[in-house]
Amino acid sequence: MDSAPVLQIKNLSMTYHRLNGEVKAIEKIDLDVYEGEIIGIVGPSGCGKSTLLSIIAGLMKPSSGEVILNGKRVEKPSKDIGYMFQRDLLFEWRTIFENVLLGLEIQGKITDESRKTAEKMLETYGLGDFKDSYPSQLSGGMRQRAALIRTLMTEPKLLLLDEPFSALDYQTRLAISDEVGVILKKEKKTTLMVTHDIAEAISMSDRVVVLSNRPAVIKDIIDIELTVPKGIWSPINCREAPEFRHYFNQIWKELDIHVK
Amino acid sequence: MLNKDMSCEHYRYLKKIKRRKQIITITQVSIFVLALILWEIAARMKLIDTFLTSSPSDIWNTFIRMSKEGDLTYHVGISVVENIVGFTVGTILGVIIAIGLWWSDFWAKVLEPYLVVLNTLPKTALAPIIIIWIGTGYSGIIVTAIVTSIVITIMNMFNSFISVDENKIKLLKTFGASKLQIFTKLVFPQSIPAMISTLKVNIGLSWIGVIVGEFLVSRAGIGYLLVYGGQVFRFDLIMMSLFILTIISVLMYKLVSIIENRFSKWQQ
Repeated sequence: MDSAPVLQIKNLSMTYHRLNGEVKAIEKIDLDVYEGEIIGIVGPSGCGKSTLLSIIAGLMKPSSGEVILNGKRVEKPSKDIGYMFQRDLLFEWRTIFENVLLGLEIQGKITDESRKTAEKMLETYGLGDFKDSYPSQLSGGMRQRAALIRTLMTEPKLLLLDEPFSALDYQTRLAISDEVGVILKKEKKTTLMVTHDIAEAISMSDRVVVLSNRPAVIKDIIDIELTVPKGIWSPINCREAPEFRHYFNQIWKELDIHVK
Repeated sequence: MLNKDMSCEHYRYLKKIKRRKQIITITQVSIFVLALILWEIAARMKLIDTFLTSSPSDIWNTFIRMSKEGDLTYHVGISVVENIVGFTVGTILGVIIAIGLWWSDFWAKVLEPYLVVLNTLPKTALAPIIIIWIGTGYSGIIVTAIVTSIVITIMNMFNSFISVDENKIKLLKTFGASKLQIFTKLVFPQSIPAMISTLKVNIGLSWIGVIVGEFLVSRAGIGYLLVYGGQVFRFDLIMMSLFILTIISVLMYKLVSIIENRFSKWQQ
C-alpha cells in the first residue's frame, strides 16, 4: 500500500453513560484503511462493532480519539460515507426507483444524469423490471440489493456495512454476499464490513480485524490471501480456496468464544 | 388473478365464496327492511303507541314535507357545515400541535401529563363553558366540535410520529438530512395512514360536539330538530333526524375510506 490511507482511526475510545453506570464499549482502536480495500470486522456479539461504525459515520461522538477521512476529521455525517444497515430500510411508500434516489434527493443533487445512472444501476443489478414496484413486492435479497444501490448512488468514498446480510435466510445470504462482494470489487469501493459470520468475513475481505470482548480492542489483524480456484475472484469461489479453513480456524480461536 | 385457465374445482371454489358474500348482504338488507315492515304493521294495527314510536310512513311523510318546504336542507346544511369545519380544523390543528411536540422533546415530556388528563375528560362537558366564552352562534358550536376531536388527534399523531423506526432516521442522517427533511421525507409520509384513521374517528367525535352544541344553543341544525322534536313530542321529527344523521355520517365515513384507498396503493 503505497498511497495514503483513505481512513485513519486514531486511538479511538467510547464510553456509554447510563443512569445505572457507565459502559466502556471500545478502547484505543487504531486502524488505517487504504483505497479499494475491503475490511471485515468480526467480534463477539455485543462487543461494540456497531458503535465503531456509528462513530466512523459521524453519527456518534467518541469519548476520545479521532476518525480522519481523506485528511479531514469526521465530526458529523459526511457525504463521503455510505452506510448500509442490517435491514434494507426501504421506504414502503416509495417505488424502488424513488428509494434508490433517496440519498441524492436529501442532498439536493438529483439531475437527469443521476436518474439515468440510477436506471442503469437497477438494470445492471437485475432490478430493471422492478423500478416502479413497491418494496413489499420484492424478495428479501432484491430489497437488500436495492438498498446497496441506494447507498452507492451518493458515490461515497467509504462504505460502512453493518451486518448487511444477517436479516436474510442462509441461501439468499450466500448469493447476495457473493453479488455484493463482486459489485464492491468492481466499483473499487473502500469498505468496512461488520459481521458475526467468520466465513463471510474471510470470503469477502482483504483483511479481517478481530475484536475482543467488551471493551473492544483490536486483538489481531489478519491479511487474507487466498488462492482462488478458477482464477475468478468472487466470495463464493473464495470459500473453495485451500487456505480458507486455516483462516477460519485461526479467527475462531482468536475470538475465544465460550458458551456458558 | 393467478392464472386465467383455472380448473373447474377452482371455479367452484370462487363461486362458493361469492355466493356466501351475497347471502350475507341479502340477510343484512332483509333484517333492515323486515324491521321497517314490522314497525309499520305494528303501528297500523295499534300494537304500539305511535305517539312514542312514530311509524316509517309518518317519518317518510315528514321527510317529504320538510324537504319541500326547504327546512330540512337548511337544518342539515348548517349541521354538516359545522361538522366539516369542526373535524377539519380539529384534525389540522391537532396535527400541527403534534408536529410541535415531535420537534421539541422537552415540551413533549412537559405536556404529556396534561394531554393524558385532557384525554380522559369527556370534552362535551366543556361545551357550556365554550358557548359562554365563544358565543351562542355557530362559532361556539364549531369550537365545541374542534375541542372534542383535537386532543385525541394530538395523541394519535404524536404516537405515530415517534413510532418511526430509529434506523430509518439514522439512515437519513447518514445522507446528511436535516430535522425538517427527516420529518418531510420519513416521519410525515409514514404517518399518513394514522392521520386518515384519526380523521375517520374525528368525523364521529365532531358530530358529538356539533349535536351537543346545538342541544345547548338550540336555534338551528339537526341537534335543534332533535331537541325541538322532544319538547313538542313529535317522534316523527326525532326519528327522521336520527335517520338523516346516520346516513350523513356513513356517507362521510365512506368518503374518507375512498381517500384512504388512494393513499395506500403501496400497501398491497
